[in-house]
Amino acid sequence: MPFEIYLNVAVSGLLTGLVYGLMALGLSVIFGVVRVVNFAHGEMMTIAMYLAIVLFQALKLDPLIMMVPIAGALFALGYVMQAGLINPFVDRPEHSQFMLLVAIAIIMVNVLLLVFGPDARSVQTSYAFDSFAFGPIIVDATKLYAGCAAIIVAAALFAFFKFSFVGKAIRACADNYTGALVVGLNVKRLYALTFGIGAACVGAAGSMLTLIIDVTPPLGPQYTLLAFVIVITGGLGSMPGALLGGVLIGMTEALAGLLFTPSAKSMFAFAILVLVLLFRPQGILGKRTA
Amino acid sequence: MIARLTANVSARSWALIAALLVALLAAPHFANDYLLTILILILYLAYTGQAWNIMMGFAGQLSLGHAIYVGLGAYTAAALYVHFGIGPWIGLLVAIPVAMACGAIIGFLAFRFGVAGVYFAILTIAFAEFARIGFDHISYTGGSGGFFLPVAQYTQNDLWNLRGRPIMFYYVILALTIAAFLFCHALLRSRIGYFWFAIREDEQAARALGIDTFRYKMAAVMISAGMTAVAGVFFAFYYNNLFPEQVFHISRSIELILAPIIGGIGTLFGPAIGAFVLTSLSETMTELLHAFGFDFPGAKQVFYGVCLLIVVVALPDGIWPWVKRRLRLERRA
Repeated sequence: MPFEIYLNVAVSGLLTGLVYGLMALGLSVIFGVVRVVNFAHGEMMTIAMYLAIVLFQALKLDPLIMMVPIAGALFALGYVMQAGLINPFVDRPEHSQFMLLVAIAIIMVNVLLLVFGPDARSVQTSYAFDSFAFGPIIVDATKLYAGCAAIIVAAALFAFFKFSFVGKAIRACADNYTGALVVGLNVKRLYALTFGIGAACVGAAGSMLTLIIDVTPPLGPQYTLLAFVIVITGGLGSMPGALLGGVLIGMTEALAGLLFTPSAKSMFAFAILVLVLLFRPQGILGKRTA
Repeated sequence: MIARLTANVSARSWALIAALLVALLAAPHFANDYLLTILILILYLAYTGQAWNIMMGFAGQLSLGHAIYVGLGAYTAAALYVHFGIGPWIGLLVAIPVAMACGAIIGFLAFRFGVAGVYFAILTIAFAEFARIGFDHISYTGGSGGFFLPVAQYTQNDLWNLRGRPIMFYYVILALTIAAFLFCHALLRSRIGYFWFAIREDEQAARALGIDTFRYKMAAVMISAGMTAVAGVFFAFYYNNLFPEQVFHISRSIELILAPIIGGIGTLFGPAIGAFVLTSLSETMTELLHAFGFDFPGAKQVFYGVCLLIVVVALPDGIWPWVKRRLRLERRA
């Protein structure tokens, strides 16, 4: 095979990986602050994807623009979930939190199944078959737009945590729970905000992904797993790590699909996960905690 | 030994256990085929839940990938039966060590490299998913197209080859569940049980007291894996078909751990009562939704999910500790 094919596949994997990274960023933010693993992460993403598809089919609105209201809707969902259900579980053992989120995930998948049925749905935009040529590299327009949008959203999120007061307050909660309480932060409300922000990330990523893949209700659990793989590879709780992990896993899957068989591609992602867990358990960019 | 195992059991509990045992032994003679399959499913989940409970409930290691042991047990025994004509009881002697070896690998890697808590849980998922996709590509066992055991209409029950009617499978799984219960009961009353509890409550303190935590955590993983593999062999011969997509899937692992968590983690009766409540809940809902003409795909699972949510929120320790208080089975000090 000529070298250009590898390059093309790698670039396409990289762009998809950026969107994966944004999705995983949501998981990472939630875990980093609330210390709860969101086992309903992929399911929340499928909700966002169906929202994007409904908006597109009913009103012909582009998913890349609808990303903003969809992220808003998911923010509200995340905020309500944390404030109403998850906050009392923050101090409970892991298996108890796991059960709670699995129950939520089961409800989400099956409500989607009830409402939309099992058929795959997709968005057909006017630029669905456009592509750009950069020298020997040909890039799908949808993937390029989605990748760029993912970078913009991630940059906005970094700025929020770095510069805004609320962002700093949330980081304070993550660094030192007791300290945050002592200086008078409303930790439970900040947790709800954080879960909302994580959900908004996954909402934005979901609307972008509708450009790249078809959606069915059972996609949720698969993407929950994918988000875990990415986040742990990059470093659970590390924001740049999630993006890096997304790109790494996106490219690995794309190249493995080309070199071996597409059905075995996730095996490589899991193999990377196992290696990272064993040799660098804190993830590539994660900080080691004692 | 027997005296030690039966100490601290009140007369009230004895009466209840005896009544339960009689009911379970007599049940197939009053149940129709439909009810019998449900009873088998309940006992199957009670058994696997008991096996998982050793790892999480006793030793405090959260495994979310137990489907891998079910799958390895099922595929090993099925492959021996289909390719070499070796029956399930001999197959068991291979299936158990295979699953134990797999458990040992996962345990060794995790415990030696200090992978714990959430990370350990996700490592177990990763191994199960790895196995799922791997078995999709092994043509020796049918790949993603599935692996089938030869079936026929049976009039005779062939216990040696586990070929027969549901009633035979009922008694086999009942015997397994009772054996697992007694085994776990004995484990809890032995040294190793106390070591596990010490590790579960505070691993560092346990190590400071001189407990070889690595060794006992390995023991927990391997015993749990071996027991789960037995359920896998049963699964293969009861259902007669194996698909990697189903056997190794994460939803299998979740299904398997719901019963002990809902029933009461770390308790002996928890897995059984959880399996009973969840399965009868699920079946009742199927019937009800059907009766009301509302059996759309997904409807049942939505209600199921809501019920799970309610139990998790309302009974954080599970159903059994609550039932136990209600029945006043605890011997007063």
